[in-house]
Amino acid sequence: MIAYTVRRLLLALVTIWAISVLSFVIIQLPPGDFVDAYISHLSASGSVVSAEEAQSLRKLYGLDRPIYVQYAKWMSRVSEGDFGESMEWMRPVTEVIGDRLWLTMVVSIAAIILTYAIAFPIGIYSAVRQYSVGDYLFTLFGFVGIAVPNFLLALILMYFSFKYLDANIGGLFSADYALAPWSLDKVWDLLRHLPLPAFVLAVGGTAQLIRIMRANLLDELRKPYVVTARAKGLAETRVIMKYPVRAALNPFASSAAYLFPQIVSGGIIVALVLSLPTVGPLLLTSLVAQDMFLAGTIVLMLGVMTVIGTFISDLILMWVDPRIRFQVEG
Amino acid sequence: MAETPILSVQGLKTYYLQDEGVVRAVDGASFDLYPGRTLGIVGESGCGKSVSARSILQIVERPGRIEAGRILLQREGAADTVDLARLDPKGREMRAIRGAEIALVFQEPMTSLSAYYTVGNQIGEVIRLHKGFDKKAARSRAIELLAKVGIPRPERRVDEYPFQLSGGLRQRVMIAMALAAEPRILIADEPTTALDVTTQAQILDLLRKLQRERGLAIILITHDMGVIAEMADDVVVMYLGRAVERGSVDEIFHAPKHPYTRALLRSIPSILAKPRDKLATISGSIPHPYDRPTGCPFHPRCGDFMPGICDTAAPEMRPAGARREVSCFLYEHTQ
Amino acid sequence: MNAVLAWLAPWRSSAAAPSAEERIAFATQFQLTWWRFRKHRVAVWSGLIVILFYIAAIFADTIAYTDPQATDSRRSYIPPQAIHLFDEEGSLRPWVHGLKGRRDLKTFKIVYTVDPDSKLYLRFFAEGYPYHLFGLIPTTTHLFGVANGKAEDGLYLLGTDLLGRDLWSRLAVATRISLSIGLAGVSVSLFLGVLLGGLSGLYGGAVDTLIQRLIEIIRSIPTIPLWMGLAAALPNTWSTAQIYFAITVIISFIGWTDLARVVRGQFMSLRGEDFVIAAELAGASRLRIIFRHMLPSFLSHVIAATSLALPAMIISETSLSFLGLGLRPPAISWGVLLQDAQNIQTLGIAPWLLIAAIPVIVIILAFNFLGDGLRDAADPYG
Repeated sequence: MIAYTVRRLLLALVTIWAISVLSFVIIQLPPGDFVDAYISHLSASGSVVSAEEAQSLRKLYGLDRPIYVQYAKWMSRVSEGDFGESMEWMRPVTEVIGDRLWLTMVVSIAAIILTYAIAFPIGIYSAVRQYSVGDYLFTLFGFVGIAVPNFLLALILMYFSFKYLDANIGGLFSADYALAPWSLDKVWDLLRHLPLPAFVLAVGGTAQLIRIMRANLLDELRKPYVVTARAKGLAETRVIMKYPVRAALNPFASSAAYLFPQIVSGGIIVALVLSLPTVGPLLLTSLVAQDMFLAGTIVLMLGVMTVIGTFISDLILMWVDPRIRFQVEG
Repeated sequence: MAETPILSVQGLKTYYLQDEGVVRAVDGASFDLYPGRTLGIVGESGCGKSVSARSILQIVERPGRIEAGRILLQREGAADTVDLARLDPKGREMRAIRGAEIALVFQEPMTSLSAYYTVGNQIGEVIRLHKGFDKKAARSRAIELLAKVGIPRPERRVDEYPFQLSGGLRQRVMIAMALAAEPRILIADEPTTALDVTTQAQILDLLRKLQRERGLAIILITHDMGVIAEMADDVVVMYLGRAVERGSVDEIFHAPKHPYTRALLRSIPSILAKPRDKLATISGSIPHPYDRPTGCPFHPRCGDFMPGICDTAAPEMRPAGARREVSCFLYEHTQ
Repeated sequence: MNAVLAWLAPWRSSAAAPSAEERIAFATQFQLTWWRFRKHRVAVWSGLIVILFYIAAIFADTIAYTDPQATDSRRSYIPPQAIHLFDEEGSLRPWVHGLKGRRDLKTFKIVYTVDPDSKLYLRFFAEGYPYHLFGLIPTTTHLFGVANGKAEDGLYLLGTDLLGRDLWSRLAVATRISLSIGLAGVSVSLFLGVLLGGLSGLYGGAVDTLIQRLIEIIRSIPTIPLWMGLAAALPNTWSTAQIYFAITVIISFIGWTDLARVVRGQFMSLRGEDFVIAAELAGASRLRIIFRHMLPSFLSHVIAATSLALPAMIISETSLSFLGLGLRPPAISWGVLLQDAQNIQTLGIAPWLLIAAIPVIVIILAFNFLGDGLRDAADPYG
């Protein structure tokens, strides 16, 4: 059990390292170093930077040193919480991101919870009542969920609510609360706006999970231990819920670990369509403006949060499966 | 010998209705089980042994259905019998019989137990369900049962998961679980097939011991004539869903009547056989379930095949002595 | 399994005439897969749809009737036209209403509206803008157009966008780019997947562990932000072709992991199969075993996995282009078209811009059904 946890933790750390390298690459990718970009940005607003100033800036960020030294310097600054300045906003990156990162997580976690809440009962129903009308309906829903990319779904929902309900369904807050400081009312306002983006993000994953749950449960229902349970004299509902559902939970849980990165990913584009105050739109504008410290930081933070989320779901999986707890293969 | 059977199966037919056609998994099986005795059901795989066992408990999976026949159970203390085939498979009455009066032990101790619950949980569940024990009492009862079926250190094993046990121990757990609610009938469906020879012998010993102590009636389903010889008092031979011969174990082994029974007995390897002697086999293989032969289902593989008779009509079960029946035209004509 | 069954065949059927059973026993893996695939109605239809889409992609310029890049600010946001199939005499002669230019007295701009009096008759193989068929043969013939006139004069089947470009023609050309980029991306993925999955499955041990961890790492990284970062870093100066290539590489970078898992799984399970061991014992070389014995057994699995990977590629490209980070105008893809429909105000004025979503959804569905059917069929004995 400890070995498993340690292995997962190590993998998570390596992943975080890989993400940090990729984020650094993204920061470095645009032609010229960022001091050039900084200078051109300043000159666009009328300030002039002298050659000496530029040189000292380069020294400060170690831009005259080899690339791996630059990476190490960046990492050491990052680990102290200094993510650099946003050129676009002329403010520290962390300040620009502000609440957006947490709101991203709130939306993603809400979507995950919704995904489970929908997929679990429907998956069981579809397997137990295989080939019933309900099963066919849910299968159809599953295919729609898989076929319609979530940003298209958001777009279509936006259009219909605009056209027929005359309502703008975007955003996470009402106009009154958007800029207001946090209060209970604001949280309540957030909760009221949350279901729609959460649903849009959940549809794709739900469709996948229903298929997985249904297929696994159909497999499990044919296994001898189900007959054993019936032969004990248990009621049918109890037989199904205690034994095959419990077993089908396992692949269900492990595929859910990959769902989190997917939802975070999809959330970026959906946020843009639904104009959510999450990191999605910010990432896009920073990339378009080549505000690389901001963009790199967002990629890094999203990545790290996803890895943490995945690690947590791995731990849940371990808790779910006694075979992992006891280190038995197969 | 004048006892009444505790369980009497009469003309049982269990069919699987599928798109491609009807599979007659059990097509007229009759047998009686007496208290304290062991009834062996023997036949090749696919002959309907297991489906018969499941039909008794009404746990045949869809699309299987009991089409005809009676399954009469003599309930404890009751004067009348109850016909299990007429009970609602999901009803309370049927569930009260499963596990409590008739229990089942399966072939695969590996997959017949769930990997997700401890041994104690899975045994205790039966005790709590049928005996109304609380969690704690059920646990200590489960430990007693584990000790009874010969599992060492039961107080530790009770908290282990099935995958932490060996195959033999798992089968003992299955037996403990089956006995948890003190049933009067135990159906053991190939209980030793998946085990190695030494463990097989131990499990069979255990079954015999439990039978002696509790007066259990056992239905032992197997394809192994050796196990039958060792364990059974009465034998039913099944072929393609039909009972073809019934009798006491001595009669079956010493005076087999049906050609299929004789063929089965010939195919037992003997240590008396000369080295390099070819082992007798039954020619051909079991026909495809959708493609049953007309007439006597065994006629394409039968050494005593009588053209014009065996392939036109199916023989009926005919008495051939006390508690002895055979279904073959060879004996209908000599009578 | 195949070999074993074929070997058993003489015993299995006593009849001299080849029975259905014998036919199955002697069929090749490919035949078995095909027979099983044919039973999946939906999958077969989906396969036909996929083929149709790719034919449309090849003949995109022929299917278009107006130059997809030609702008005309006076014809912005013309709604889709209805096609009338019969003329007054009741004979089958499809036509649409033409457009009439009129100067708006307030803005002094010319606006085009439907002219209920005019009729433009459609005909097949009409003349239109010049293009190169297959990029080689110069021609001006299009699948259909306006009889006795130019399509530009008033044929706007699916309406126009802000710049007055014809949506039907743009959609036709976009189909080519979106489908080909999916195919190109999946090819790169397939190469990586078969190579790394094969290495993983063949050698096992440390190589396997390394590759498996790599896959796990890639799968736990949120892909879209990463693509966005990489795609945004592509220089503005790059040509459309260069961007196209770079986007292909970026999207295939993630897609290979699933394919690698399938290939590895197949390798692992086949390595222990009797017929592979038999070939090994018979002294066949490793390459021969892989290509002669193992490949035919898992090829169908790989094809199925590829078919299931394609929609993800198409969605990736569409997403990136939708964000403005993928292909950039003047390149036309489904994502580029949908980018115009991003804004709710625009959608309010020109909802038909959402039509570009339909082929995306249809092709994703078709690939999914096709892939499912293939996957089921790939296990002929399962």
